[in-house]
Amino acid sequence: MQPILEAKDLHVAFNGVKAADGVSLSIHDGEFLAIIGPNGSGKTTVLNLCTGYVRPKSGSVHLDGQDITRLAPRAIARLGVARAFQIPQLFSDQRVIDNMMLSLAAKDGLWTMMRPLETEARRAEAEALLGLVGLADDKNRISNTLPEGHRKLLDIAVALALKPRLLLLDEPTSGVSALERFPLMEALMGALRQRQITALFVEHDMDVVARYANRVLVWNAGNIMAEGHPDEVFKDQRVLQSVVGVA
Amino acid sequence: MSNTVIPLLLDSLASAALIFFAAVGLTLVFSVLRVLNVAHGSLYSIGAYVAASICLFIASRQLSPYLSFVALLFSAVFVAAILGPLIERTLIRWTYGKSEAVQILITFGLFLMLEDLQRMVFGVQSLYEDAPVRLLGTSQIGGVVYLNYQIFLIGMAVLVVIGLRMLIRHTRLGRLITAVVADREMAQSIGIDTNRIFILAFSLGVFLAALGGALAMPTSGVAPGLGADTMVLAFAVAAIGGLGQIEGAAVAALIVGLARVLAIYFVPSLDAVAPYAAMLVVLLIRPYGLFGAVTARRI
Amino acid sequence: MRVVLAAASVVVLAILPMFAPWLQFVLTLAIAKGFAALGVAILLRAGLISIGHAMFFAASAYGVAFLAARGIGDFASLLVLSVVIAALTGVIVGAFLVRYRAIFFAMLNLAVSMVFYSLFAKLYGITGGSDGMAVPIPSVFGMVLSEPAFKDVLFYLSLVLMVVIGLGIHRYLDSPLGHALSAVHTNEVRLEYLGIPVWAVLLIAYVVSAALAGLGGAIAGFAIGRVVPDFAFWTASGHLVLVAVLGGIGGVPGAFIGALFLELLHTAAVTVTDAWNLIVGAALIAVIMFMPKGLYGLFAREKGAER
Repeated sequence: MQPILEAKDLHVAFNGVKAADGVSLSIHDGEFLAIIGPNGSGKTTVLNLCTGYVRPKSGSVHLDGQDITRLAPRAIARLGVARAFQIPQLFSDQRVIDNMMLSLAAKDGLWTMMRPLETEARRAEAEALLGLVGLADDKNRISNTLPEGHRKLLDIAVALALKPRLLLLDEPTSGVSALERFPLMEALMGALRQRQITALFVEHDMDVVARYANRVLVWNAGNIMAEGHPDEVFKDQRVLQSVVGVA
Repeated sequence: MSNTVIPLLLDSLASAALIFFAAVGLTLVFSVLRVLNVAHGSLYSIGAYVAASICLFIASRQLSPYLSFVALLFSAVFVAAILGPLIERTLIRWTYGKSEAVQILITFGLFLMLEDLQRMVFGVQSLYEDAPVRLLGTSQIGGVVYLNYQIFLIGMAVLVVIGLRMLIRHTRLGRLITAVVADREMAQSIGIDTNRIFILAFSLGVFLAALGGALAMPTSGVAPGLGADTMVLAFAVAAIGGLGQIEGAAVAALIVGLARVLAIYFVPSLDAVAPYAAMLVVLLIRPYGLFGAVTARRI
Repeated sequence: MRVVLAAASVVVLAILPMFAPWLQFVLTLAIAKGFAALGVAILLRAGLISIGHAMFFAASAYGVAFLAARGIGDFASLLVLSVVIAALTGVIVGAFLVRYRAIFFAMLNLAVSMVFYSLFAKLYGITGGSDGMAVPIPSVFGMVLSEPAFKDVLFYLSLVLMVVIGLGIHRYLDSPLGHALSAVHTNEVRLEYLGIPVWAVLLIAYVVSAALAGLGGAIAGFAIGRVVPDFAFWTASGHLVLVAVLGGIGGVPGAFIGALFLELLHTAAVTVTDAWNLIVGAALIAVIMFMPKGLYGLFAREKGAER
C-alpha cells in the first residue's frame, strides 16, 4: 500500500548542526505515528520539512505519491495536511470562535468574499469542534487571554477545522494539565478515528505514546535510532537510556 | 578624460558627505534603539537654524570669522544636549517594544510639532551665512575651481565614520552599546544601565543630525521644508545601506551622491528622483539593504 | 442604535452647508481625505503602515487633470477612470511591495511615492511642474453646470459615495478576506498553514486601499480645481496615516470621523493660531498614548470581549 506521506533521505543543517541526517520515514493511512526523542534532536524539524516550512538540502517528501518537497506550506495545507504547533500559532487578538471560523472559511475557499465570515452553519461547526476539545466555554474570549493549555487545545481545534487527511501534532499534551491530558487525548483520538484522519505526533509523555500510538519512531541526533510498536520499542535498552530516562 | 572625471568625482564625494551626515544619525539611533525616528530631519534643520543664527550673530558683531567654525560644532552639541535627552525621555522611551507603526506615528507627531516650533522660533525666511566657506577659499584641481569647504566636508565625513568606528570598537561605551544592540534583555540582566545607553545613543544621533545641518548650512542655507526634504533623503540612504549599518550608510551615501551628480550632469530634470530610484532598485533586490541582515522566525 | 447615530450624522452633514455654505468645501475635502485615510486604515489592520498613499491620491487627481485636458469632459467617466488609474497603479506597486513588512513596507511606499512626487514636480512639460495642472469643471450627464452648481453635485455625490462605499468596505472587512487581513498582523505562519495565500490577501487589500485613496484624490482635485505635486509629498502621506489613526482603525467610520474632525478643527484653528501642525502633532501623540482606538473608540460599543 502506498503511504500517505513518505520522506526519503532528508538532510538539513542549521549553522553546521545536522537537524536531519539522512532521515527516511513513512506514514500509512489510519496510523497514529509517534515521534519521541530528547530535546533538540530535530523532531520539530521533521514537521517543518514535511510541511514546506524548511526546505531540505537534499532528499524528498511525497504526499500520496506527489512530490511536495519544494511546495510552500500553504500549498501543502491545501493538499490536506494540517498542523498544530508546539507553540500555539493563533490569531491572538481575535476571539476563539473567530480563529475557528477563519480556519473553516479557509477550507471553504476564501473567495466567497462578500459574505460575512460568521454564518449560522460555520458558527455551529466551530462550536462543535470547540466542544470536542473542551473549549466551549471560552468561545468568546480573546485567544491570547486563554491559559497556555487552552491555547494549545485551540491550536489543535484550528488544525482539525481544516478537515485534513493528515494531521501533524507537535507535543499536543505539553502545557495541558496532567488531569486533562488523557481526557483530551481520548477526545482527540475519537475525532481522528471518526473522521479517518491519520496523525503523526511528536510527544514527550511516554504514557500517552504507549497508550495511543500504533508505531513509534525514536529520534536521536537527527536520525531514527529505533522504530516499531511502542511495546517493543520501550523494551529496547538503548531507547530507555537515551530517551525515556531523560524524559 | 580627467577633465570630466575629477570634477565629477569631487562633486560626488562632497554631495555624498552631506548626504551621509543626514543619514548617519538616523541609522545609528535605529541600530541601538530599534526606533525609526521620523523627526530626524527636523533635528537636522534645527542644527542648521541654530548654526545660521550664531554665525549671523558673529558676522553682525564683526567677531573673528574663525569663530563661525566653532559655532558650527557648538550648535550641534547645543541641540543634542538639550533635545536629545528631552525627546528620548518623554517620547521615544514610551515607544520601546511597541510596534513600528506606533513608533513611526509618534515620531511623525514629533516631526509636525518641531516643524511649527522652528517656524515660531526662527521665522519663515531662509537664513544663510557662508563665512566658513569664504574663509576656506578656493583651490584649482584639473583646471576647475573648487570650494575648499567641500573638501573640508569630505574630511569631516571620513572623520565621523572613523570616529564612530573607534567609539564602538574601542571604548567602554562602544562595547556597552554593542552589547545592547546584540541582546537588550541580556545586557540588562548583566547589569548594563540600558536607559543610560539609550539616552546617550539617541543624543549622539541628534548630535550627528544637528552637525549635518550645521555643516550644510554655509553651502545651502536653511529654510522651512528643509527638515521634510532631509528626512526622505536620510530614509533613502539609511535603507540602501541597511537600517542600523553605519558603514552601510557611508557606502549608500556614496552611491546616492554619485547617482545624483550623474543625474545633474546628464539628465538634470531627474536629479531629485535619483536617491529614491536608487533606493527602490536596491530594496527590491535586497530588501534589508546592502549590509542589512535577515532574521528568521522560530516556530 | 449605532445605525441611527450614523444615519443622523450623515443627515446633519447633508444639511449643514445649507446654513453655512462656506462649510461645503471643507466637508467635501474632509470626505475626500476620509476615503484616502480609509484606504490607509485598511492596510493598518494588517499591521502595514504606508507612508506613501498620497501617491495614489495624487495619481488619480493628475489622472483627472490629464483626461480632462485630453477632452474627456464627463464627470462620471472622469471619476471612474481616475479611480481605475489609481487601482491599476496599486496593482503594479502592490505586486512588488506586499512581500515586505513593517519598516521595509513603510519605507518602500515612501520611496515609490517620492519617485512619483519628483516626477510630478520635475516633468514640467507634462505635469506643469510645481505649478501643477488645472482640473476644469466637467459636465454632469451632458449638462454644463456653473461652478457653484457643480460643487453642490460634487458634495452630495461624495456624501452618497461615503455611505455606499463605506458599507461595501464594511462588508469586505467582515468577510473571511477581511478577517484574514487582520490575521496577517498577528500570525502569518498560521495563515500559511491554513492554506491562505498571504500575498493575495495583501494585494487585494493594497489595491482596494489604492482605489480608495484614488477616489479621495479625484474628489479633492475636483473640489480644489487644481492638482500640484505636493499632493504626493511624503508629509501628505503621513497626514493620511494620522487621520486614520486619529479616527481609529477599528471601523469604517473612524477614517471619516478623523478627517471631518481634523478639517473642522483646522478651519476653526487657523482663525486663532498658525501653529496648526503643533496642535495636530500633539493631538496625534496624545491619541496614540491615551486612546489607542482613536476617536471612533469613543462611539464604538465593544463587541464581545474585544480588548
